[in-house]
Amino acid sequence: MKAPVSWIKEYVDLPADLTTEALTDRLTMLGLKLEAIETAGAGIEGPLVVGRVITMDPEPQKNGKTINWCTVDVGDANGTGEPQGIVCGAHNFKPGDKVVVILPGGVLPGNFEISARKTYGHLSAGMICSARELGLGEDHDGIIVLPEDAPEPGTDARAVLGLGEEVIEFEINPDRAYALSLRGIAREAALGFDAPFRDPVLRDVPAANAEGYPVVVDDPVGCPVFVARTVTGFDPAAPTPDWMARRLEQAGMRPISLAVDVTNYVMLETGRPIHGYDRDKLQGAIRVRRAVAGERMTTLDGNERTLSSEDLVVTDDSGIIGLGGVMGGETTEMSDTTTNVLIEAAHWDAVSMFRTGKRHKIGSEAGKRNERGVDPTICEAAADRVVELLVEHGGATAEPGVTVVGVPPEAAPIEIDADLPARISGIDIPAGTTVALLEAVGCSVSVAGDRVTATPPPWRPDVTDPYDLVEEVVRIVGYDRVPSVLPRRATGRGLTREQRLRRRVGRVLAGAGAVEVISFPFVGEASFDALGLAADDPRRNTVGLANPLSAEAPSYTTTVLPGLLEAAGRNLGRGAPGVTLFETQIVAIPADKGPAPIYGVDRRPTEAELDELLAAIPVQWTELGVVLAGEQERGGWWGPARTAAWQDALALVDRLAGDLGLEISVESASVMPWHPGRCAKVTAGDVTLGFAGELHPKVCHAFGLPERSAAVVVDLDALMRQAPEVVSGPVFSTFPVAKEDVALVVDEGVTAGAVEAALREGAGPLLESVRLFDVYVGEQIGEGRKSLAFALRFRAPDRTLVEGEAGAARDAAVARAAELTGAVQRA
Amino acid sequence: MSGPNTDYDPVEVTPLKAEEVEAARDAALTAIAGAQDLEQLKQVRLDHAGDRSPLALANREIGALPPQARKEAGQRIGQARGAVNKALAERQAVLEAEHEARILVEEAVDVTLPTDRRPVGARHPLTTGAELIADIFVGMGWEVAEGPVIEAEWLNFDALNLGPDHPARTMQDTFWTEPAENHLVLRTHTSPVQARTMLTTEPPIYVVCPGRVFRTDEYDATHSPMFHQVEGLAIDEGITMGHLKGTLDHFASSMFGEGITTRFRPSYFPFTEPSAEVDLVCFVCRGVDSENCRTCRGEGWIEWGGCGIVNPRVLRACGIDSERYSGFAFGMGIDRTLMFRHGLEDLRSLFEGDVRFTTAFGSEL
Ligand SMILES: [Zn+2]
Repeated sequence: MKAPVSWIKEYVDLPADLTTEALTDRLTMLGLKLEAIETAGAGIEGPLVVGRVITMDPEPQKNGKTINWCTVDVGDANGTGEPQGIVCGAHNFKPGDKVVVILPGGVLPGNFEISARKTYGHLSAGMICSARELGLGEDHDGIIVLPEDAPEPGTDARAVLGLGEEVIEFEINPDRAYALSLRGIAREAALGFDAPFRDPVLRDVPAANAEGYPVVVDDPVGCPVFVARTVTGFDPAAPTPDWMARRLEQAGMRPISLAVDVTNYVMLETGRPIHGYDRDKLQGAIRVRRAVAGERMTTLDGNERTLSSEDLVVTDDSGIIGLGGVMGGETTEMSDTTTNVLIEAAHWDAVSMFRTGKRHKIGSEAGKRNERGVDPTICEAAADRVVELLVEHGGATAEPGVTVVGVPPEAAPIEIDADLPARISGIDIPAGTTVALLEAVGCSVSVAGDRVTATPPPWRPDVTDPYDLVEEVVRIVGYDRVPSVLPRRATGRGLTREQRLRRRVGRVLAGAGAVEVISFPFVGEASFDALGLAADDPRRNTVGLANPLSAEAPSYTTTVLPGLLEAAGRNLGRGAPGVTLFETQIVAIPADKGPAPIYGVDRRPTEAELDELLAAIPVQWTELGVVLAGEQERGGWWGPARTAAWQDALALVDRLAGDLGLEISVESASVMPWHPGRCAKVTAGDVTLGFAGELHPKVCHAFGLPERSAAVVVDLDALMRQAPEVVSGPVFSTFPVAKEDVALVVDEGVTAGAVEAALREGAGPLLESVRLFDVYVGEQIGEGRKSLAFALRFRAPDRTLVEGEAGAARDAAVARAAELTGAVQRA
Repeated sequence: MSGPNTDYDPVEVTPLKAEEVEAARDAALTAIAGAQDLEQLKQVRLDHAGDRSPLALANREIGALPPQARKEAGQRIGQARGAVNKALAERQAVLEAEHEARILVEEAVDVTLPTDRRPVGARHPLTTGAELIADIFVGMGWEVAEGPVIEAEWLNFDALNLGPDHPARTMQDTFWTEPAENHLVLRTHTSPVQARTMLTTEPPIYVVCPGRVFRTDEYDATHSPMFHQVEGLAIDEGITMGHLKGTLDHFASSMFGEGITTRFRPSYFPFTEPSAEVDLVCFVCRGVDSENCRTCRGEGWIEWGGCGIVNPRVLRACGIDSERYSGFAFGMGIDRTLMFRHGLEDLRSLFEGDVRFTTAFGSEL
């Protein structure tokens, strides 16, 4: 909302020495936030004066244009008192007119310096100005012609034009609809400076009578008040007075025609949207009702609209002539031949206005005010003000008929403890102050003991609750008086186990050289295709978005991978030799339990209701993903680079499990997007945690990653659930260790894990650890065979092993391995 | 080698003569002084202090002396051996020092060689930033609450006094899941976590809720369809706007430095009443000579977030007795906070995953 300072001051007597900054500071602290202060005519310097055209001689030019060679009286402003010779291209004036002249040495907006210069065969000493050249608007053709009562030639023209006038732009919160008017803003200024306020709607209005235009309201809930007035004999060619056009422009509205401009002006002044009809196009009585679903009408923006049974419409005998309170219809619109005008000032139900505006996607200045709530008591005054301005500036005659249907709804009284504002704000606010301030905002207040009852004024439909009264009091007392006190009763128990574990996972991975990324969770079929997922892969069953930002990514993701792999590709594309990235992403699958219920808010939902609500929400969990691509260790003087491979993925899983004290096991798996022969399923107990290994070459290609890139995907929630809550302190022996190495030859298909397990089983309780340290394949052991070398360590908890004990345990381990895996000890 | 002396006659034993002992000692000292390295010294030690060295052999002869002569001979030899051992130790120390000095010099390396064999990892500043904030509140005795990102419409809007016809709903451009009639949204703020907490917890409640939120904003340098918020909620007996101010002042000074406080301006949020915008004293210029400050653009203050007293309607919908309890709530953008705390120019740098960006922040913020 833009408000010229001079317009505000029309209704409030502010201190004479009050600066605009001080005014906006105070209004900001009252809740009308300053957006910007604009100054009209900024950028104009030097002599800008009133001139009177003495002579003008049209001179046709070879280029087809006709210029006017003028002499202009500029008084003493040019230092000589002689008329000034000026060439002017405009034609909308005549000798004797008062105009605006900028003399040589002056500067126009855009740093356009004016000097005397030769043009069209004359020495043109200055310029007769248009509004556009002065930066006062875009819509005026021709130069500015001042009214005859403008000051004498030579007078500085700035005051005449309202230059230098400041316009304040406010950001108006949805609850302060009353401030979408000069009336409201001036009232706040009066409140802020305890200054006298003159309410522009306080005027004598003619009483309702039977001669007014016939109006029937079928839906008094949707339209509690409908006021109609008529003027006749309006001159549709009458110009909008300059001051009105200027104010409209300052307020950000485009002047259109006097009749339209007057309705807009009164809306800005009072906050009450007004609609004007061409009365000669009306047929029979006006009727307000709800539409019948499917009815059609064309609004004055030319759009045909199909209506809902919730829309409020204005009709006459011809049918629908307006979407009540939101936008008028095409058939009864005022035109440049309209002479008889019917003025509607009606109060509309805000919720209906909001729904209709949203349904038909109409955002108008009228709708904005009607849907937020307008003072219902000012319809008659606003209509009368429109009549007055049309009579005064359009030569119209006011008809005596005054139609008033309905009565304004009344605000309900609100009762509070007198100390509630003090109790809630923490500021010491005496009861007397509370009463005085509530009265200052316009409430009618009564006090009974410790209770205060306040009935909000009609322009404050937003004030409905006890805490609304608290805000009114506290904002005037001043938010800057709120003390700064720490609450002292918080007794939290720190982070939860999950929160601590999540941090720990991040630290472990960062410690292992991985860099965390955060990606958008939006995916499309192409993402799943790139991952090589089969058509029936459950990961394609996504939670879809009704209004995605991009048609390519219309779903919420079921896997952390797409964003993560894209980030890896992006880094490599930008020249990184290799990356290890990790991400924890919340992933989701549909709950398929139907719609989530919408409950009322006048009580807490029951447990059963809450359960039903929660069940309808998609299943969500946190997935941890790691991608390893390209160089994992850089090359250098120490040796060549080492690029990512499947075992890097598994090593990270081991490292993570080790840190969390979690026993995991791995087995071969074949799952996209991994290489079918280089993928491991990771489990803890009987719970599958995820997969790790080398990515399928096609997937690497799809994401721009080098082959052999590897990835890990783990259900982080499951991992954290499996992790031991408290690690038991380890017990270990300090007696000497006995080491035994064995090399076992097995068939190629036998896994190292199986051999190791058999060794462990056979070795008995003295075994401390088994570690595979070499794998050999070659002629010495024969086709289809491999040799696995293990280091076994034996130790007793309570003594030094005697000679032969470790050897015997080793033999037992080998025997068990032979039995279970066909292993033969290598000679 | 002599056997035990059974003859107690006062006989001269040659090796024990004073001049012999002194000669052996002097020879040892000369050899020790002449040893040029630890190898030579080792040989000298064998020759002059070993089991077969003259002094060792002489020592064995003491037993052959008559008792009255033993004391003097023992003293003489003991002194000589002491002198030799002392010289050996000293020479050993000298040679060792020389050896070390030489070897360590020879082993010197070029420490300017690159050592970046293993790339460093890092955690995302949005993660560590959220942790930093959480820790400030945990330090005040608050707990950290979390919730799902795909949320029931009722929890995201209705329960927070944003009814279906509330004008504020149009202010938040919401992602709806398909079909929209299912009343499920990508949460537009972390406030539904507050609602969930109130629905399931008896006051007193002191929770902070960092998390990811979504709005249908086009992606540019200052807007993103996904961003991060931290909201806080305190519900207790006697909670005032003063407690809200105190908490936010404490938060501000913990996050931005001693003396950085907040300012409230009246505002409007459906779930709070009274409501306020929170500004932060510019932590760069501290409001002094702000004209040229790039962080606050001359304001001296930085817009930080919104807050207010929890609307009793919200308490009622969440089953909390609004006669007995009052509460406050606040919320600010984590991404935005990091942008001005760290001077980030483009919001998108947070979501591109470029390791050069993230590693700059390390593993803690
Ligand atoms: Zn600053």
